[in-house]
Amino acid sequence: MSETLQGPIEGAGDDRTFDQWVMTTRLAEYVAWGRKNSLWPMPMGLACCAIELMAMVAPRYDVARFGAEALRFSPRQADLMIVAGTVVKKMAPAVKRIFDQMPDPKWVIAMGACASSGGMFRSYSVTQGVDEIIPVDVYIPGCPPRPEALIEGVMRVQQLLDDRARARRPSGAGRREPVGAGR
Amino acid sequence: MPLIGKQVSRPRNRGLLAASYLPSILKGMWITLRHIFRPKVTMQYPEQTWQLPENYRGLPALVKDDGGRVKCVACFLCQYVCPPKAIEIEAQEITSGVEKGPKLFNINMLRCIMCGYCEEVCPEQAIFLTKESTTIGLSRAEMIFPKEKLLAMGGVRPDPIKKWARLTGVAGSRETRASEGGAVR
Repeated sequence: MSETLQGPIEGAGDDRTFDQWVMTTRLAEYVAWGRKNSLWPMPMGLACCAIELMAMVAPRYDVARFGAEALRFSPRQADLMIVAGTVVKKMAPAVKRIFDQMPDPKWVIAMGACASSGGMFRSYSVTQGVDEIIPVDVYIPGCPPRPEALIEGVMRVQQLLDDRARARRPSGAGRREPVGAGR
Repeated sequence: MPLIGKQVSRPRNRGLLAASYLPSILKGMWITLRHIFRPKVTMQYPEQTWQLPENYRGLPALVKDDGGRVKCVACFLCQYVCPPKAIEIEAQEITSGVEKGPKLFNINMLRCIMCGYCEEVCPEQAIFLTKESTTIGLSRAEMIFPKEKLLAMGGVRPDPIKKWARLTGVAGSRETRASEGGAVR
């Protein structure tokens, strides 16, 4: 940036500097901002937790406020898998396959006791947590969790996404410079 | 082949207006429009929260009595009754020489199903279900809550029967015993 652009812009009528007129960002952060506010969940509803998942999308809790209302039943269009319910061994290959079909980058929320750890089903027929087959980012306890807890999970995924984009910054991980600060 | 059941008659000629679907579209839009003026039902979650009922069952937590002692005596009843086996206890002697205490008390919150059996079975009223319902975690290890964390969550609940005063003979136990004896006789 040249010296002349650092000072007040001539004839602009105020004393704002160039940096205050123009918002600059890194491409990774810009993309992350877009992704964060349009997470499309893949509702992997396998048991009763799916009812609370539906409640999260319904008007009372309205996850559209976080941009995650577009539940996609096609894994090709989704980037956040919400595993809601008991993953039985018979269903596990299908869950794994659907996860593999989702395009990168993708996130996984294990919702409820069963998906997180197997819950009370310490059984030969139940996967003891969906993280045995796919990587899980956020675990939500509860049987089932409240829709609020699920919204917390979605917000945490948004935060993870943001952190990951910012961690790529060479000048220090996770540091956010205020807009308009001297660069 | 004869038809089974009632045959449905479909209207054949509904006219040009109905065939254009315009009335149906306008009807649908009218319903949408009406909803704009109805009361808003959305709860703005992180800012507003739901008023949970008194008997809501959230994450379990351990409590201390008003003397600052851990109420749990490591009797293992909650570990025994817990349906998903989320509780792991290891007992130890405590300095009073009367009771045991927990050396280790882990609750795996990812296993826990908040059924409340532990609270129901506890003879010392040492474990309670809190109203905490929005805790989330990033790893399994993080969601195994140790004793210290559970005690911090539970806080203090006074002990109405003053068990320790009777057992150890400190802090006004003589008066307690005397008054009790008088009452019995």
